[in-house]
Amino acid sequence: MSVLILLLIASITIAAIFLVAFLWSVKSGQYDDEVSPPMRMLFDDATPKEKEASPPKIPAASGISVLTNKIKIHQP
Amino acid sequence: MQVQNYETSVKCFHCGDDCGKHPVRKMGKNFCCDGCRMVYEILNQNGLCDYYSISQNPGLSRKIKVRENKFAFLDEEAIAQPLISFKDATQTHVTFYLPQMHCSSCLWLLENLHRLDEGIITSKINFAKKEATVIFNHNVTSLRKVAELLTSIGYEPYISLKNLSERKTFVDKSKTYKLGIAGFCFANIMMLSFPDYFGLSSNEQQLQFVFRTISIILSLPVFFYSATEFYNSAWKSLKHGFLNIDAPIVLAIFVTFIRSLYEIFSGTGSGYLDSMSGIVFFMLVGRVLQNKTYEQLSFERDFTAYFPIAVTRITKQNEEEPIALPAIQLNDTLLIHNEELIPADGIITRGKSLIDYSFVTGESVPIQKEIGEIVYAGGKQVGGNIEILVIKEVSQSYLTGLWNKDELKKDKQYNEKSFVHLLSRYFTWMVLSVSFIAGIYWFNHDAAVMWNAVTAVLIVACPCALLLSNTFTNGNVLRVLSRNQFYLRNAQTIEELASANVIVFDKTGTLTNGNYPDIFFDGQPLSNDLKIKIGALARQSAHPMSRAIANWAGEGNHLQVNTFKEVSGFGIEGLVEDDFIALGSLAYITSSKTILHNFETAVYVSLQGKLLGRFTFQNHYRNNLEGLINKLKNKYQLIVLSGDNEGERNNLTKLMGNEADIRFHQMPEDKLHFIKRLQQQGKKVIMIGDGLNDAGALKQADAGIAITEDTNNFTPASDAILEAGSLTLLYTFIRLCKANKRIVLAAFIISILYNFIGIYFAVTGALSPMIAAILMPCSSISIVLITFGFTNFSAWRMKLK
Repeated sequence: MSVLILLLIASITIAAIFLVAFLWSVKSGQYDDEVSPPMRMLFDDATPKEKEASPPKIPAASGISVLTNKIKIHQP
Repeated sequence: MQVQNYETSVKCFHCGDDCGKHPVRKMGKNFCCDGCRMVYEILNQNGLCDYYSISQNPGLSRKIKVRENKFAFLDEEAIAQPLISFKDATQTHVTFYLPQMHCSSCLWLLENLHRLDEGIITSKINFAKKEATVIFNHNVTSLRKVAELLTSIGYEPYISLKNLSERKTFVDKSKTYKLGIAGFCFANIMMLSFPDYFGLSSNEQQLQFVFRTISIILSLPVFFYSATEFYNSAWKSLKHGFLNIDAPIVLAIFVTFIRSLYEIFSGTGSGYLDSMSGIVFFMLVGRVLQNKTYEQLSFERDFTAYFPIAVTRITKQNEEEPIALPAIQLNDTLLIHNEELIPADGIITRGKSLIDYSFVTGESVPIQKEIGEIVYAGGKQVGGNIEILVIKEVSQSYLTGLWNKDELKKDKQYNEKSFVHLLSRYFTWMVLSVSFIAGIYWFNHDAAVMWNAVTAVLIVACPCALLLSNTFTNGNVLRVLSRNQFYLRNAQTIEELASANVIVFDKTGTLTNGNYPDIFFDGQPLSNDLKIKIGALARQSAHPMSRAIANWAGEGNHLQVNTFKEVSGFGIEGLVEDDFIALGSLAYITSSKTILHNFETAVYVSLQGKLLGRFTFQNHYRNNLEGLINKLKNKYQLIVLSGDNEGERNNLTKLMGNEADIRFHQMPEDKLHFIKRLQQQGKKVIMIGDGLNDAGALKQADAGIAITEDTNNFTPASDAILEAGSLTLLYTFIRLCKANKRIVLAAFIISILYNFIGIYFAVTGALSPMIAAILMPCSSISIVLITFGFTNFSAWRMKLK
């Protein structure tokens, strides 16, 4: 019987974690803009030219601009 | 308008426009104009040409050049201040509205701004709102430079007077939180209730106690947080002495909760906590669906969204300086550039002025004003620069005064008008009397069952089914309409549209397509050669009629025009390849002094002083209007209120039918009062208009529909926004709105069947929590299915998307 209660507490806790995750995602504005993120994820983090300029670059973590990405490109 | 057919059709690499016969070439690419070429060069220099590989011809035509120091005012701390959302020692955060944003390429480019300007740290796009939030280092770059950079790549920030007063728009997410919490609690309480329903053996009493305790704990957030949505609304309506649908629902929630607590603590039962949280959850789902907003649209725009934030003032020392609009004072001299809005009433002191008042009055043709004449705020200068002396401050001007009228300030009383509230009141009285009768019956027979029966009736028969069917149907109808480019501000508008019996149209921009007048030439037949020559002459002038003629004539760039002369308000003349051509009013062409009163807008043309004929202009009515009007004619009283002159009377009568009431020379205020009078006669009015001149009428009407060529454009405050292409579907939309009420009622009647079953159990005092737990989701889900099915079926039958 006590096992049942333990399981019950565990299940509610897990559900509560999901609830908190949901509330957090709403609060942080993930549902505010449903158009740009799906487009943004399709872009490469850097253009091919930029990649050539700095071959062993740390992959940018997010699609949003990264501060260290400012590399001068020399045009012919 | 005559469509020009080019033999070779080269598309601009940047914007996809036709390049004409002489494309601008650069690096093997064709461009339609230097503006587009320059954007390409900027992007190419910075390795941002991926812009062109994400979507085809992503740019927007740059044919219209932006004035060089248009954004000089951003250097003024005081003007820039309200635009900036955050500023510290190094960083400035600013959000620009970029109406040109339209495709994934735009998104990519605008998020790579840091590669164009060292000083920009990041930029983030909200595509739905067409906003770019730029964070930049103001020690390296400046707000003005950022705005100019955006402009140079084709995304000119739209900065209006509204930015000055705008509070940060606060998005209320509390409904979503409430919904999430109610859903979580509902599912878990449901799960915990199952053992009780299926029966626990007597040695599992301890387990039952645990289950019930957890249920109570989980029901607290539903009762004290999620359901506050309904408490607030019920309380508000009670304060206004009105019983809305939420009041009986709150009563039911309270009764259910208290009875459940009583049952659990007294050990007589397991309570109805699962049903209670379930119904709160479903009702919140309905509300959230119904209140879904269209982020990209604004239904609240007033004149401030149209006015610039700053204009150029000429100081006593004859220097130009930017000045914020509210700071303009009497006797200031303002410099108004081409295509700029006149911000305050004033007297022209310098320059040739041609003012387009279509915005304020609906007049389709710009008006020539001479030095010394008064110009009113809201007009748009076309052509060169002018200077005006301010005679009234911005807040005192004619247009602003119209806007600040008291009757426009108060919001319509929503929520309280819907038939649903009325229905719920009858329903509530019925339920109360049923429970009262059951109470009396049981008091006489078995007093112990009395409270049980009375509360059970209240629990089972709350009008939540009505609320559910209403919110779900409304939500779905709004969705169907928005799929067809008809966006309603809220669900109440559906009912207003359904119950209207008068439809009032504006003419310019609503029935007609404002930009493209039809041109007719009557007189001697013109040779092709001469036609091109006339076009070449007309091209020299900025007057819209000249432009229309130039458009009609087609190519003619290569012809040389000599001794060109323009007499403001009368006409133009010049020598085109040895032919002396004049265009203008009859008085100008024939040098006669007689002034003919002709309402038709006409331009006469002469060759070597000999009259050839005249051009007449006619509004171009939107396509397929006849079909719509014919359908509407039989069912509605149709009225046209136009700010324009009578020139179109015959055409309009032909279109609208003889019964239609057509009025011309209607000032914005006239339109407003006209609608008010109709309403005083008990009519329900739909007003369809487009410009600021209709704004008052749109707001006064029971349902104001603003029409727009595309939803990126600005529309005045209204109840609904309709894309011009869907205007012909208006009748179908109204029919769907009418079907809406029938669907709500049908779903409600079906849910009442469930209620009868429930009430049967309730009055006999035998409503077990299990029966309640089965009935509640069954009725809710069938309502959802019925409403969705019916609305989609009706939409499909009406051939809507």
